[in-house]
Amino acid sequence: MTRKFPKDVFITAGFNTISLGSGRKEFNPKKPRPGIAQYVAEAGKGAVKQINSPANIDECVVANFMAGRFVHQGHLGAFAALIDDSLEYKPSTRVEGACCSGGLGLVASMKNVLSGLSDVSMTVGIEVQNSVKAIYGADILAGAGYYDGTRKDGHAFYFPSLFADKAKAFYQKYGEEKARKAMATWYANAIQNARLCPEAQENHNTDPDPFSTGMTPPNPKAFLDGINVFDCSKVSDGGSAIILATREGLKKIGKSEKDSVQIAGYGHCVADITKVASDLTCLETTRRAVEQAYAMAGVTPADIGIFECHDCFTITGLLSLEAAGFCTAGKSTEFVIDGKSRRDGILPTNSSGGLIGFGHYTGGTGVRQAVDILRHLTGTAGTYQVAVDPKRPYGLMISMGGNDRTVVAFVFKKVA
Amino acid sequence: MELNTRLKNVAVVGAAGKMGRGICLLMTDLIANLQLNSPNKLGYKITMVDVSDDALSGLLEYLRSQLRKYAEKNINNLRKAYASRKDLVENGEMIDEFINGAMLLPRPTTLLEAAKDATIVFEAAIENIDIKNQIYATLDKVCSKDTFYYTNTSSMPIAELEKVGGLKGRIMGVHFYNPPPVQKLVEMIISKNTRPEVKEAAYEIGKMLKKTLIPSNDVAGFIGNGHFMRDGLHAIGEVEALQKIGMKMYEGIYALNRVSQDFMIRPMGIFQLIDYVGLDVYQLILQVMKKHLNDKELHSQLIDEMIKQDVKGGQFADGSQKDGFLKYEKNRPVGVYCTKEKKYILFTENNWTKAIDEKLGEVPTGYQPWKALLSDKGKDKKLEAYFTSMKSMNTTGATLAWKYLLRSKEIAHFLKNSGVTDDVENVNGVLMNGFYHLYGPVNKYY
Ligand SMILES: NC(=O)c1ccc[n+]([C@@H]2O[C@H](COP(=O)([O-])OP(=O)(O)OC[C@H]3O[C@@H](n4cnc5c(N)ncnc54)[C@H](O)[C@@H]3O)[C@@H](O)[C@H]2O)c1
Repeated sequence: MTRKFPKDVFITAGFNTISLGSGRKEFNPKKPRPGIAQYVAEAGKGAVKQINSPANIDECVVANFMAGRFVHQGHLGAFAALIDDSLEYKPSTRVEGACCSGGLGLVASMKNVLSGLSDVSMTVGIEVQNSVKAIYGADILAGAGYYDGTRKDGHAFYFPSLFADKAKAFYQKYGEEKARKAMATWYANAIQNARLCPEAQENHNTDPDPFSTGMTPPNPKAFLDGINVFDCSKVSDGGSAIILATREGLKKIGKSEKDSVQIAGYGHCVADITKVASDLTCLETTRRAVEQAYAMAGVTPADIGIFECHDCFTITGLLSLEAAGFCTAGKSTEFVIDGKSRRDGILPTNSSGGLIGFGHYTGGTGVRQAVDILRHLTGTAGTYQVAVDPKRPYGLMISMGGNDRTVVAFVFKKVA
Repeated sequence: MELNTRLKNVAVVGAAGKMGRGICLLMTDLIANLQLNSPNKLGYKITMVDVSDDALSGLLEYLRSQLRKYAEKNINNLRKAYASRKDLVENGEMIDEFINGAMLLPRPTTLLEAAKDATIVFEAAIENIDIKNQIYATLDKVCSKDTFYYTNTSSMPIAELEKVGGLKGRIMGVHFYNPPPVQKLVEMIISKNTRPEVKEAAYEIGKMLKKTLIPSNDVAGFIGNGHFMRDGLHAIGEVEALQKIGMKMYEGIYALNRVSQDFMIRPMGIFQLIDYVGLDVYQLILQVMKKHLNDKELHSQLIDEMIKQDVKGGQFADGSQKDGFLKYEKNRPVGVYCTKEKKYILFTENNWTKAIDEKLGEVPTGYQPWKALLSDKGKDKKLEAYFTSMKSMNTTGATLAWKYLLRSKEIAHFLKNSGVTDDVENVNGVLMNGFYHLYGPVNKYY
């Protein structure tokens, strides 16, 4: 049975902070930087500025992965009042699902307004990761895997190594040369997109030949076999906020449907975190979540005009294209090499740079993706706007946690 | 005694100095690793001797921060080594464990006698024969007759230090370059008495430290300073010659510094290098070499005059460059010292450097900065073309550079002919590995 929304839900008023970390000129690891409080406030204020009055927000959701370890801060829901005084003494909840935290934050707000108890719910997703060096950050991020069962035997760079394994399995099955080429193209696209988006972490990148950089042979001594550092998403600080509202909610906050995008369908599922996928070259959980979202929206991959995927690694980008049905297994390489995922291709993908180019403030990334789709579908993305085919007014986003263990997918639709 | 057993008890004397602290770090890294992989973790220690308590606390702080960097880099090995330690799961836990274990090794002390159990001693005390002799005399009294001594002296013949007590055959030169943890080159100096097992152990340790080991004979100054001292004296000589044809001394210093850096494509100009080493150190090594080699030429009035005016170069505690021949801002030269006016003339004053640059002329065609060529796989061909074009030029700059190159080559041959080395290739090796020259002085380019 296909699920149906009891009411229409919209996203509106999105905001992304700068993704701060290596690559940004203003980033200096030795100087003090904004923390959780500043990012909740900055992202939230950025969103509420776009509505008539913050007092009309009924509740908040704060999405975050590991502030407890990165900056020793728990109890994140209670930061919401920093956005505006009117949010004090209203509900606010923190949600967590590893790198899918942002996606879960959207689901939580959606359910808030669908419950009938609220009309307007704001999701703020944030992460501060530059508080520790990468080698210690790897320990913290490893919490997205099954810690008791697998951390001890894992690689120093736990997650990169898991995805290097995926890449190697992919090479073996479909050929390494073509795959490496597609991954380097993915990287080059990410950089090209990021250069157009002022908030992107790689916005200041001046590499004259990012494709060649992406082709750097993996070095197991310095990092890993299978992938190089350019195949990896960035270590980032930042935050994103977006407002979810019912039709009545939109009226309350003074937003029209033209400024907004409707949630046409969504999928949300988890796989057993204590197990590994039997086929390393397939994102099965992602595939299922996307399938649910398509079914609910009544669309097929051919209807999607813009795509935001969770490219925590270039290989994940390729596998996401396959899991979302844009190409068959093993064919994502051609899809990417042929330029179909470029900003001027048939399926503009990660047009602000994705996790590799824009940056990846883990708990906020899912929210950032929704903000970008909202902007592209409403024509408000400014310098990084892409032309979305009017015959395919749908945007798909995938928010993925851990090694394809928690996945949220959304199909958004331009209505007005 | 097996080397691994011998390494259980190491001492470093002069531990808090520039070279000593680096050797302490290398030894701590090395021995902490041995300890990590050995079933019996007890019984290792590194006695670190220096004269000042404050400097020793500074040393421990330095070791702790450097050990962290080392452990972070070696995390893959640590994860393997700690595989059976169920209590250690995360990178951070293993890194802390390693540092805590390694920090049990240093036994800082101001008491030389505390080195009594040492079976290997690295000596890096100040370059003063009386102090070094005193150190060896004491150690010889308190240590076992089987202890091996490795001195870091830059200039003194090993045979000289060996005369003390019963050291005979148990000492050799293990001449690290500054800073020891970074510089790959180590000159290995055997005296005619050095016992084979003393040499073998040194080579084995050098290999474990992944150093480039180049042998030198026991002649004051060895290869590195044997070349560097004379190379510097050549530049000073040229400055004086230029003075005779009307160039001011500070202008000549600027000119030769540029010629040696840009025209000769070296990592830094000769006067900047002397500043880096320190004029006082340069003077001291000259003195020691002059005495032992009985060579009056090994002397510079200009250096003596500069030191008299208290201009010495060297580094501040934080590693930044002190003013010497050149004045520095953020470690980059911005002026030249004028002994007549007893002050620095800034490059920017009245554009005087421009006039000198014009006098020197353009760098030869095909010029690329040292840094660009360093990792260029095709640098061989490029250098060949560059020197060919230099040879055909008769600008002042090209002429000075050409003469300088030939002098450097002559020095290399002299080192061979005077018995400092058995092979000019060793001179090339020292200059390329220890001084980061792109090419050895004896080459096929000129
Ligand atoms: N600095 C260089 O570039 C360099 C390079 C190669 C070799 N060397 C040689 O290494 C040795 C040390 O040079 P440095 O540059 O480290 O000098 P330094 O002055 O930085 O260090 C010498 C250390 O010896 C200590 N010391 C003095 N008298 C002592 C004593 N009686 N007992 C124990 N310690 C004593 C000093 O307190 C000081 O910490 C010298 O023989 C030098 O020729 C220096």
